Order: sequence, then C-alpha cells, then structure tokens
Amino acid sequence: MSSHSESIIREPLITGKNITYAQITNDVLFPVENKPNKAWWIGFTVASIGAMVWLFSISWTFWYGVGEWGLNKTVGWAWDITGFVWWVGIGHAGTLISAVLLIFRQNWRNSINRSAEAMTIFAVICAATYIFGHMGRTWLAYWTLPLPNQYGSLWVNWNSALMMDVFAISTYFSVSLIFWYTGLLPDIAAIRDRATGLRRRIYSICSFGWTGSVKTWQRFETISLILAGISTPLVLSVHTIVSFDFATSLEPGWHTTIFPPYFVAGAIFSGFAMVQTLLLVARKVLGLENYITMFHIESMNKIIILTGSIVGVAYITEFFIAWYSGVEYEQYAFINRSTGPYWWAYWSMMTCNVITPQLFWFRKIRLSIPASWVLSIIVNIGMWFERFVIIVTSLHRDYLPSSWVMFYPTWVDVGIFVGSIGLFFTMFLLFIRVLPSVAIAEVKLLLKTSSEQAKLKLIKEGHLDPEQVEYYKESLQKFDSVELADYDKV
Amino acid sequence: MSNTKMILGLFADPDEMMHGIDKLQKNSVPIYDVYTPMPIHGIEDKLGIKESRLGYAAFCFGCLGGSIIFSILYYTLVHDWPMNIGGKPHFAMPNFVPFTFEWTILWTAFGMVFSFFFATHLFPGRAPRVMDLRATDDMFVIAIDAKGNIPHDDITKILQEAGAVEVKHNDRKYVSYE
Repeated sequence: MSSHSESIIREPLITGKNITYAQITNDVLFPVENKPNKAWWIGFTVASIGAMVWLFSISWTFWYGVGEWGLNKTVGWAWDITGFVWWVGIGHAGTLISAVLLIFRQNWRNSINRSAEAMTIFAVICAATYIFGHMGRTWLAYWTLPLPNQYGSLWVNWNSALMMDVFAISTYFSVSLIFWYTGLLPDIAAIRDRATGLRRRIYSICSFGWTGSVKTWQRFETISLILAGISTPLVLSVHTIVSFDFATSLEPGWHTTIFPPYFVAGAIFSGFAMVQTLLLVARKVLGLENYITMFHIESMNKIIILTGSIVGVAYITEFFIAWYSGVEYEQYAFINRSTGPYWWAYWSMMTCNVITPQLFWFRKIRLSIPASWVLSIIVNIGMWFERFVIIVTSLHRDYLPSSWVMFYPTWVDVGIFVGSIGLFFTMFLLFIRVLPSVAIAEVKLLLKTSSEQAKLKLIKEGHLDPEQVEYYKESLQKFDSVELADYDKV
Repeated sequence: MSNTKMILGLFADPDEMMHGIDKLQKNSVPIYDVYTPMPIHGIEDKLGIKESRLGYAAFCFGCLGGSIIFSILYYTLVHDWPMNIGGKPHFAMPNFVPFTFEWTILWTAFGMVFSFFFATHLFPGRAPRVMDLRATDDMFVIAIDAKGNIPHDDITKILQEAGAVEVKHNDRKYVSYE
C-alpha cells in the first residue's frame, strides 16, 4: 500500500517539510493537549452567551407555549420550520464528506471529515430542538412513536410525511453519531496513550480499549465502508423526506415534485458553506494549514458553485412550471413571492444563492480565504431565506384574501434562532478542545503517498515526465503553506 | 530461562515493518499480533487473517430491521385499525417505503457496529491491552510471543536487520496503566 506512489500531477494533500507520523499526532492534538488560546476563549464566551439566549428563549416557549411566537392562524409555520430545515441542511455536508467522498475514494476528505461530521451532529441537534419546540407540549413528544395506548390503540398517522420525518431524522442523527464515534476510537486511543492521570482514565474509558491490532483495523475498515455505503442513500433520503413535509401538501408553492432533488442540492450547498465558515477559521486558529490546504478550500468552493447552480436551476424551473401548469393559484404563489410584500426575502435568496456563489468561477476569488469566508456566510444567509421564502410566502396569502396577513417574529423567535447558532458554536468549540478535529489515523495514511514531501522526493529522484513536473509545480502556486523556493532547483 | 514474555519490534516505517513480517515468517517465527497507528493493507493476508464477516452481520441486521418495521406498519394500518380514507387501499405500500428504508439503515448500522464492538471486545471502560504506547502514535509494532520461541537474540537480530528502530524485551505482556 505505502510503496505505491501517486501520480505527480495530483496536488499534495499534506504540505510542509519534515512531516512525520509523530508530527501529525502532535499538530492535531495540540489544541487538545494544551490550554486554549485567547481566540478560543473569546469565541467560546460569545457562543455560550448565544447558547444561554437559546436556553432562555426555548424555556420561555416551553413554559408559555408556542403562542409566544409570531405565528398566527394563517402562518402556522414560520421561523421554527425555517430553522429546522436550515440546520438539517447544514448537517448534510458532514455525511456527504464522510460517506459519499469515501465511496468515491476522494482522499482529500481525510483531513476535513472529522470536523464536518461533528458539525453534522451539532446541526442536527439544533434542528431537533426546533422539532421539539414547535410541538408545543414537548413532554408529549413520545406521541410520535407507535406505542400501544389506551385509545384503542390509536396508532400514529403513518401516512403523514411528518411521521416519516421522525424516523428519518432520528435515524440520521443516530447513524451519524455512531459513524463519527467509531471513527474517533483510534484517535481517542492516541490521546489516551499520551496522557497521564485523570485525563488518561477519561480517554481510556472513551477509547473502548482500542489497541490498533490487525484484526481490529480490518474490521474497522469493513464497517467504515459499509457505514459509508448506507449513509449515502440515508443522507439523500433525509432531505427528500424533509421536502415531503411540503411537497405532499396541497399548498400552492409547496406541492411540487421538484422538491426532493432541489432540497438535497440546497442541503449540500449550505452544508459546504458552513464547513467553509468553520474550517477557514479553525485552520488558522488551530494551525492546521498543512493538513487543510488551499486545495481543500478550492475543492469545496467548486462543490459550492456546482450545488449553487443546481439550486439556481431549480428556482427557475419552479417558476417556469408554475407558469406552464396553468394553475392560477400556483402562478399567484410565485408572482407573490417575487413581487409581493416579501419580495426582499425572495431577492435576498436569489442574490445570495444564485448570483454571488458564481463569483467562485474566478480563480482569484476561489483561492482567497477572506473572500471564501464572506461568500460562505452569504450562502448560509441565502439558504435561510430560501426556507423562509418557501414556508412563509406560500402560507401568508392563502385562498381567502380576508385571512391574508404578514408574519412578524417576536423576540422569542429571534432568541431561539440566534441562540441556536450560539448553541452550535458552543458545541463545536468544545469539540475542538477535547477531541481531535482532524482524523489522525486517516491523515497518516496519506503521508507516504500524497504529501508534498513524498512528491518532492519523487521529483528529486528523476524518472518523471518533465512536463508533468512543471504542471505540478504550477499547481503548487495556489498553496499558502508551500515554500515555492524549494522547487527552484529541482 | 529469562523472564521475557513479549518481544516487540518497533518500526518507524510501514514498509519496513512489512519487510520485518516477511523476514520473521521466513525464519518461522510466529507473530503474535501487529499494532499500527493506522490501517495497513496487506498485513492480514500475510498473517493469514480471514476476511471480516461483519458484512454478513450487517445484511442480516438490515433485513431484520426492515422486516420489523414493515410488520409494525402492516399490523397497525391493515390489521389492527384499518382506516377508510376516501376508499383508498389500506395496504398502501408506497407509504411503507420511507419507514422500511430508514429502519433497514438504522438496524444495519447499529447491528453491525455493535457486532464489531462485541467481536473485538470494545466497550467503554475496557482496560486497553496496549503493548507499547507509541503504537497509536508513530510506531508500527510487531509483537512476538517469547515463550517457547527460538533464541530471543536471534529474533532481535532478525528484527533489527529488517529495520526495526528499537527491539523491546518486555516482562509484562501489556503496559499496565494503573
């Protein structure tokens, strides 16, 4: 395996000189084994204030009921389901990176999968809080389960997409969690074997007694591949089912067959944007420039253009089909979206999701860290507006003009939404403190084949096509972690 | 007779470790196990370890999960309380698909991973049976049971010739933590 060397024309996945196996462990575990720096504390303080806002607002909702939200009898779903779909969508990139890219043997996933999977789990937790919050009587949440009861038994409504959602989201969360944790075992063992005292005891319990013997690794690889294989259709099914919440209704603007693929593309789009938002900062703060390289950033930006364009095509198709269907209610729903009282939401969505991501066609922008970061946040704003537009603008003007209203969020709505972002970042920041944010074992696999130093050695040995070497050197120019001077002589 | 229980050959490079395995096998030295910080393909063939059967377990658990939820759906919707919704059929199979699919995945994942934990004896709180602490960091460790083996110095020599950076003669099988 390790004696096989990769084609020179592929970009290196690990940069830097004198990277050894021990160096990888040291670099990745640095934030785990040392006291956090100032940037972490500032981030954590801000995030935990947000989490407290969330705790207060959600407690308020549980205490006084969903009447505290800005909902009215026309708009019965608003920021709650917007937030739910937004967070679930963000979660999807983690599974895409860990599962789909594993099946396609995209080795660049190895250094970003861990944190993306963690992001999935935290995003689904944020999404789940909306589900429980919008039930009103949260303590009756178990009514969504098919439990025998004294009413007959009266079973749950299996014909409802909302029931499918219960099954999809719970399966998605638990399967993602187990996939993530199994992958963490060897890395927790690495922390355990370097720690002392109480830390060693804690990590020892969490490592499940991992040793790294041949049989363990063999089984580990088998289950990783199967988990990836089953997570791939799972992730597609989850957002398909989320879109069924709307698509199986008879509401103009919701009742469309394009929803499943359009939601899945949107989910991957927003998920990758969130991965960018987090990793561009984490890479700098944690000093992981050699592992999360410009190549990784560029690749993710390319996925953002692709999925952003799919979403754009979906918007236009939806509009066209509304006109082409000849159904005046459907047509009105779309005309109202773009020119009605919520025109600003529609055009924010269009601008942020369809127009600005196209800037990534420019190589300079794709390779600029500040530009990528700003655009990734714009995408997330756009994707929030997309869900808001679908939900609120379809509902606020129904068949009876006498019930037409506007939706105005209350402070509780705002508190839960802003707070859920705080909750998400609190969990993420705690994660990077206590667990390795990069999959150590998987990155070590790349060292002998795909690292910059291995490729430099190959060049020095000669025997390579000079044209390909030139191509490789040119591709190195985009890296901010490569010293180009090393390549002048070879 | 020395007190040595385990002889460990520590390699810094996976290729050299593979070379070490070959050399030991050429000299008919049985290998107890190999500990590596990352999965190295090809060791299992050399050591004659059979392919994992977890895939079969995964398949069986998936079928089981799918069947269970399908049975629940059938029982509740068709048998126990059939509801007349606009005269539509009670046994509306397309509606069963998402639930059956999700539970197939759920049971596959959990059944397979718990089988893995069970078969490999992984559970929270298990004392890690580690022979060398660097086996999870940067060392590729070949462990050889010292009892009843050829002279220990010969094994040491074979390992060193293969490129081991260090050879340890341990009196205890596992590095004890506490």
